[in-house]
Amino acid sequence: MSNLDITYISQILTGYKSMKGALIPVLQEVQNHYTYIPEPAVDLIAEALNISPSEIYGVLTFYTQFYTQPEGKYTIKLCRGTACHVKGSKSILEAIERKLGIRVGETTKDDLFTLRIVACLGACAVAPVMMVNGDYYGELTLEKIEGIFDELQAKECKSAKT
Amino acid sequence: MKVKKEQKPMDKGKKLQSIEELESLQQQAFDRYDPLRKRVRICMTGCLAHGADKVRDALVEELENQGMSKDIDLVETGCFGFCAKAPVVAIDPEDIHYQRVKPEDAGEIVSETLGKGNIIDRLVYFDKKANKRLPYTQDIPFYKRQVKHVLRNCGRIDPKRIDHYLLNDGYKALAKVITSLSPEEVIEMIKKSGLRGRGGGGFRTGLKWEICRRAAGSPKYLICNADEGDPGAFMDRGLLEGDPHSVLEGMLIGAYALGARFGYVYVRAEYPIAIDHLKIALNELKSLGLLGDNILGKDFSFHLKLKEGAGAFVCGEETALMASIEGKRGMPRPRPPFPAHKGLWGKPTNINNVETFGNVPLIILNGSEEYTRLGTEKSKGTKIFALAGRVNNTGLVEIPMGTSLRDIIFDIGGGIPKGRTFKAVQLGGPSGGCIPGDHLDVPIDYDSLINLGAIMGSGGMVVMDSANCMIDVARFFLEFIQIESCGKCIPCRIGTKRMLEILVRITEGEGKEEDISLLKELAEGIKITALCGLGQTAPNPVLSTIRYFLDEYKEHIFEKRCPASVCVPLIKFEVNRELCKKCGICKKVCPVGAVSWEKKMPAVIDKNICIKCKTCIENCPAQAIQ
Ligand SMILES: Cc1cc2nc3c(=O)[nH]c(=O)nc-3n(C[C@H](O)[C@H](O)[C@H](O)COP(=O)(O)O)c2cc1C
Ligand code: FES
Repeated sequence: MSNLDITYISQILTGYKSMKGALIPVLQEVQNHYTYIPEPAVDLIAEALNISPSEIYGVLTFYTQFYTQPEGKYTIKLCRGTACHVKGSKSILEAIERKLGIRVGETTKDDLFTLRIVACLGACAVAPVMMVNGDYYGELTLEKIEGIFDELQAKECKSAKT
Repeated sequence: MKVKKEQKPMDKGKKLQSIEELESLQQQAFDRYDPLRKRVRICMTGCLAHGADKVRDALVEELENQGMSKDIDLVETGCFGFCAKAPVVAIDPEDIHYQRVKPEDAGEIVSETLGKGNIIDRLVYFDKKANKRLPYTQDIPFYKRQVKHVLRNCGRIDPKRIDHYLLNDGYKALAKVITSLSPEEVIEMIKKSGLRGRGGGGFRTGLKWEICRRAAGSPKYLICNADEGDPGAFMDRGLLEGDPHSVLEGMLIGAYALGARFGYVYVRAEYPIAIDHLKIALNELKSLGLLGDNILGKDFSFHLKLKEGAGAFVCGEETALMASIEGKRGMPRPRPPFPAHKGLWGKPTNINNVETFGNVPLIILNGSEEYTRLGTEKSKGTKIFALAGRVNNTGLVEIPMGTSLRDIIFDIGGGIPKGRTFKAVQLGGPSGGCIPGDHLDVPIDYDSLINLGAIMGSGGMVVMDSANCMIDVARFFLEFIQIESCGKCIPCRIGTKRMLEILVRITEGEGKEEDISLLKELAEGIKITALCGLGQTAPNPVLSTIRYFLDEYKEHIFEKRCPASVCVPLIKFEVNRELCKKCGICKKVCPVGAVSWEKKMPAVIDKNICIKCKTCIENCPAQAIQ
């Protein structure tokens, strides 16, 4: 945390100072850059937008999109919406938890994977669905889960060596 | 390695100063278009979940390698609707429909179909009933029964290109409004069309516009609700990704009618492609001067911005949505005052759903009377449904109001897979209800569905079969509500928690005799006392399952049995030797090797190894594992 480069936050803020309702777009930009909302960011935003830090925490804890901890390299967003539920997404969730040894909201020790659930990805026709960073994976089965994560882990192992 | 598109991009950066300049742009798009030219269309939205990008890359490469990239256009489209067959590719001008296309098929598609005009049998839809291959889109039962009005361009045009939209009567309705109709006349037309809001409530759009037009205060705001929170619904996603301009044209017409100077499209963050396509469309409109001050040289200005949601279901509720745009926690507030009088930043605001706006250009172009030809007495036009769950043909479906659920699920949807039987269809998401098989012939409209204890909702339609447990579904929805409740009012925050606790108890084999009456009592209380629509309708999924599936509740409570084998604590994980078909599928799918099976013998599960993951139950063709 100590070596966090906060100059980018000030840079973002200059574009928003006079905008009405700027808080959420600012938080979104900060998160896009840092993968989470670092604590020092809150104070800087509070000052720039003239909003109290407590109000900012109120907002950022209200929306599921904002995180206060760094994300792993891959964010898994498993859908737990209705269509996915009736097609067995609960078993898929349990399988991912077993495979990676983490629960929803947690990050693996190697900082590779963070597991999150979302209400619907709008890809219900190919349920059960998850997104890993920008990529969709549809019609998931326990077998596919094994394959997908084996492949990602292998890829990471390889790139770590080279 | 880019394939040349059939049209040069049009002169951008030049703002249109008059209607005539818009018309000449439309003419240009038309002149450059050759309807007989060969085209490959590929869905680059929903089909991405099945690797459509790799198919596209392979097609581009093959066109290049086989020297055809100059003569054939590759069009990246939105959703065709038939997501069950993803990735989908179509060939024009014949409109040949290829499904489940793999990158390896690209070479043959280019050489055989595009080169020689031959159809590749293995990529064609096979109609089991007729025992026939159906190569053309219009013959496939999934499309045949549909009436694509709002979705007319989806899967046909490149949503990233305004010239494609212009070619299909794009912005003609806007031109008509600006040149020949007063705001009052526009509102009158919308009123006469009988258009009702597609966001769930079914409020009359024309009336809503009139109230906001008459409201005192300025500036006025116009908002498009693209939060699409209902899990299991993806109509708005489909329309925004596949034809964003039709929604934006509807908004422009709305802004003209209301006298709104500013607007927002509020899109949920989980829809990155929709956001991307909207951004492109907004930029095109701005650079053409179709958004901004003095649009087409007239005394009409409209500034439109995109707002990304931040992940909260309740933000689909209009007052919460406005709080979110204002940068606050997305908590609803009591109404009145209604947004039409006191909305965004305290100003008169009109808010409509994506699909509602998508209907507007059609009404203006073809007239109210034409519009009312489809539908029932009180629900006009078409409705888009997102067909999902345990049904063969999942995807986006547009049908005239008044079509029966049976037609949608069995004719268009192709019935239930894996030889199982239909059990219920869920409409309206967390605010709606489950409808059982006895009521499938009711013509769908806003009012008939309410009578059945469901609601039209926004169009999510999740089909369930004999292997789904209705108590588990009720529990699922309350878990959802518990996560999404904003916590402002007590009935929603604590009342639904108590209901959930009872359902958890029932599904874990601890149900008590009085639980059903307790659930009903809590439900009635929450319905009349909760602050917003989220809480007021949260008990509906529970009430509707009690109404239609009381026996299943009783089996859970009194017999400690889950007939669908869903509730884990109630499953013994034993093979019923009478039902077992001795097929061995369970052995094959078990991830931990807990099943032993020999040919012609019933399977046996070793409970010491079994991790209760239910993979065997999911895959058993005979529902023999109980
Ligand atoms: C909890 C809750 C969630 C809602 N979610 C949505 C939504 O995702 N999309 C939508 O268009 N309307 C949603 N609505 C309805 C809106 O409040 C509003 O009525 C609607 O956007 C009006 O548009 P329409 O008249 O075109 O239907 C929701 C309402 C409630 C109570
Ligand atoms: S319910 Fe899972 S993507 Fe919609």
